[in-house]
Amino acid sequence: MKTVLYILVMAGVTYLIRMLPMVIFKKKITNRFIRSFLHYIPYAVLAAMTFPAILESTTSPLSAAVGFGVALIVAFLEWGLLPTALLACAGVFICELFL
Amino acid sequence: MSNYLRGLKDGLPVGLGYFSVSFAFGVAAVQSGLSVFTAVMISLTNLTSAGQLAGLSVIAAAGSLIEMAVTQLVINLRYALMSISLSQKLDSSVRAGDRFLMSFGITDENFAIAVAQKGTVTASYFYGLMTLPILCWTGGTLIGAAAGSILPASVLSALGVAIYGMFVAIILPAAKRSMAVAGVALGAAALACCFEWVPVLNRVSGGFAIIICAVIAAAVGALLRPVEDEA
Repeated sequence: MKTVLYILVMAGVTYLIRMLPMVIFKKKITNRFIRSFLHYIPYAVLAAMTFPAILESTTSPLSAAVGFGVALIVAFLEWGLLPTALLACAGVFICELFL
Repeated sequence: MSNYLRGLKDGLPVGLGYFSVSFAFGVAAVQSGLSVFTAVMISLTNLTSAGQLAGLSVIAAAGSLIEMAVTQLVINLRYALMSISLSQKLDSSVRAGDRFLMSFGITDENFAIAVAQKGTVTASYFYGLMTLPILCWTGGTLIGAAAGSILPASVLSALGVAIYGMFVAIILPAAKRSMAVAGVALGAAALACCFEWVPVLNRVSGGFAIIICAVIAAAVGALLRPVEDEA
């Protein structure tokens, strides 16, 4: 029973966070600072989530660093989201064969 | 191509990327004592990686519901920023009712793809975009929870890097085109390093640290390099 409550709280809080701003902000924001802030925020969030956390995403920081390096190269070449993710995984897998 | 189909196509790589990550979540959920059904329900109703992982640890530690709520609020608060940002890009044809449904599909990747669109975002495009990520996120959890123990540890370890690879693929192309975006991303990552390794700072919880880093980096970027107004 408690598990159901846990899920309800998790899902409810997460949904409200996503839903309320979109329903409330119907007008265009004209303030230039806020517009700029909103333009930069997704990249800032993703960057802060990625590094240094990526180094702890596999069984060794070394293999994770190799995966990170592969991801940087493939992403720079703009091969797309999925090739970047899969080749990063492949980099980690191959590196760990030698560890 | 209709807007829905275009969204569906754009959501395919996100969905495939989610599959591996949600697979790993399914494995972790069962390892921490949850049933397969519970793991799947969490993924279907939450659709978020970091929040669900944190939720698992609260459940495993038999934490209070308040603790669960605060944890989710802190870790997922970034979606509020994305939701505001996306609200600014919605097509005028988007109805009020659509906003309730569309907002469920806001994830880091869906958001990044939607805001990178030229012009406005329609409801049907966004519904197309969120379809496969939701199916794959839930399906990946199911398969991971049911069959994860079969996979060798080396494969599971390699899968761990998948979501970060996706994040890198979102950031780098934008950073190539804008020094300001590159600066903001580097600044946010540098701050995140401080919260990981500097004493005292490293006691701030992960969700909080991400929000602090992102807000500081984006605010500095907005002050130094305000973006041009779109027509």
